[in-house]
Amino acid sequence: MAQVEAGGPMLDAAGVPLKVSLARAERRNRMRALGLVLPLLAFILITFVYPIALMVFRGVDNPTVSEFLPETAEMLRAWDGEGLPEDAVFASMAREFAKASKERTLGKVATRLNYELSGSRSLVTKSGRNLRRLKTEPTKADLVALDKRWNQPETWSVLKRLAEPYTLSYYLAAIDKTYNVDGAIVDQPESRQIYVALFLRTLWVSLLITALCVLLAYPIAYLMAILPTKTSNLLMILVLLPFWTSLLVRTSSWIVLLQTEGVLNDILVWTGIIGDDGRIQMIYNMTGTVVAMVHILLPFMVLPLFSVMKTISPTYMRAAKSLGATPARAFWTVYFPQTVPGIGAGSILVFILAIGYYITPALVGGRTGQLISNFIAYHMQQSLNWGLAAALGGILLAGVLALYWIYNRLVGIDNMKLG
Amino acid sequence: MASALPPYVGPMGKLWHYSFRFVCGLIFLFLILPILVIIPLSFNAEPYFTFSPGMLAFEPEAYSTRWYHDIINNEQWLFSIKNSFIIAFFATFLATGLGTLAALGLSRSNLPGRGAIMGILISPMIVPLIISAAGMYFFYSGVCIPPEWSFGMLEERACLTQSFPGIILAHAALGTPFVVITVTATLVGFDHSLTKASASLGASPTTTFFKIIVPLILPGVISGALFAFITSFDEVVVVLFISGFEQRTVPRQMWAGIREQISPTILAVATMLIIFSVMLMTVLELLRRRNDRLRGVQDS
Repeated sequence: MAQVEAGGPMLDAAGVPLKVSLARAERRNRMRALGLVLPLLAFILITFVYPIALMVFRGVDNPTVSEFLPETAEMLRAWDGEGLPEDAVFASMAREFAKASKERTLGKVATRLNYELSGSRSLVTKSGRNLRRLKTEPTKADLVALDKRWNQPETWSVLKRLAEPYTLSYYLAAIDKTYNVDGAIVDQPESRQIYVALFLRTLWVSLLITALCVLLAYPIAYLMAILPTKTSNLLMILVLLPFWTSLLVRTSSWIVLLQTEGVLNDILVWTGIIGDDGRIQMIYNMTGTVVAMVHILLPFMVLPLFSVMKTISPTYMRAAKSLGATPARAFWTVYFPQTVPGIGAGSILVFILAIGYYITPALVGGRTGQLISNFIAYHMQQSLNWGLAAALGGILLAGVLALYWIYNRLVGIDNMKLG
Repeated sequence: MASALPPYVGPMGKLWHYSFRFVCGLIFLFLILPILVIIPLSFNAEPYFTFSPGMLAFEPEAYSTRWYHDIINNEQWLFSIKNSFIIAFFATFLATGLGTLAALGLSRSNLPGRGAIMGILISPMIVPLIISAAGMYFFYSGVCIPPEWSFGMLEERACLTQSFPGIILAHAALGTPFVVITVTATLVGFDHSLTKASASLGASPTTTFFKIIVPLILPGVISGALFAFITSFDEVVVVLFISGFEQRTVPRQMWAGIREQISPTILAVATMLIIFSVMLMTVLELLRRRNDRLRGVQDS
């Protein structure tokens, strides 16, 4: 019980001023709240955030030359980059080439150099093999005698760039730029410019999918909002069943429906709309990707739209009509503006999900329906150019996080509805 | 429903009313047909992905359960079903425990930096899976145990990639946002005076937690757990990147089936998965009703 002394501060039972003991209790509560959150926060930071930061870092990391040709790398970093380096650099590189070739690490250097200077893979491995066979310590003359490219300033300016611990070249490659021989940033040759077009295509396809989702979700969300709850709950099952069904199940059902020997083509042939030899290619191209992805993402648009429409009172529309507005006008000026927050929330969500989609384009996209994620996977698993994969991923991630930030500002992650 | 049309609506209004419903019907068909079409096709007696003339004429011999027998007799499928359940079970357990605790902390208004923390905790749901998978691949392939540290359990170096613990950790991380969101939503209407009442009546914090808090948030916890379970059960991108042959899951097996040797067995598995998701949905709906009832929301 608090005691009150004349003129003094209010004290609690233990004789501590009430203000102090309240602050202490509040601090304890804050710590308790933090203590509850901390295990998960640490778990997510270690198993999720740190790995992703590691990947983004890989896009600027440039360890190969420093690791496998350490002395040469140090000398190259000290060199001013004008013309050709001193003879000692040549000799050191010849020596380290021979050593790396013996230890079978030269292949990595060759691959790394090849990203910057096409055709240099064989130059490096061949030089390493020849230098290894020499009885004496390799010198500059031995290196230059092997290939005239070793005497060209261009080769050395690339090598100097590779000796730096960090590089921008992967990120530049991800936006179709490259360094020229003078170290200036220029466009890639036209035949190798693919990523800007790919990013644009991914954006365009995601926008198209989002627009189609709005177009399809709006009527059914509206219908469910105006129907009595019992009926709309039944219809909701039709939205939620696809939402809960495995992604791979839905993707394989689109293959079943759309392939040339599939259900839809069979129906078209059977009804005589197309001939048996005129079967339409509807899958394994961009059409397949768009159709399957609209189907997969549609529930993410219907749910936020429905929850917004459910709160709009029907009296507004009645009032507008009673004041003489045509149904169309009442809809556009009274009803539609109130649903814009729902459209915004659903659109950003669908767009974020669409822009990073991998599975569906990989399975039904064929050659023309591939998106940026598929190229990241390609560089991760097939070409093994992990630096480029990381750079492409870094750009995609930055875009998604920007959208996430907007979504959080507009809708608030707390208000995200599930099912 | 259609009879709700008031009598004063003119012919144009009627036309609009029925054509609107027709369009809506088509959209619902678009949503549900691809899922329904798979079920009869999984009983196709022929190894094709389309309705044979016999099936359309409802001849009994055109239907068969051979693809289901295929699954039961195929060790790879059984093995991957077992793996999927093991991984999803442990991932769900981890995600639900951590997620529920965090949601309890987040629901206290005095948590410092709440917005930023929430942003980080939800991020696994937002970051594209391909990026998560690539990052986890780089990280997990570097987290290894040398054999001399394993008390004789390992013969060679073991890393988190190509291991069950690795996939379980990855799937748990992907599942936690759903638990956090559903449990936080349950706690929005939570009356904190109940815990104070319990404490004032002499209950210890542990008793209060198990007797007062848990029963009230249980529906949210279970639906969060179901979300986490289905996230792990349906996840294939991370599995593609970090699992080895020993950790093959059902979606991984389906992925291989769709890409390499497409056979109607896939449709039989798909049908089983559809039935599974119907069951999950039913459980969720029952939980939602229970939650509404507990919180005094009028059943409409």
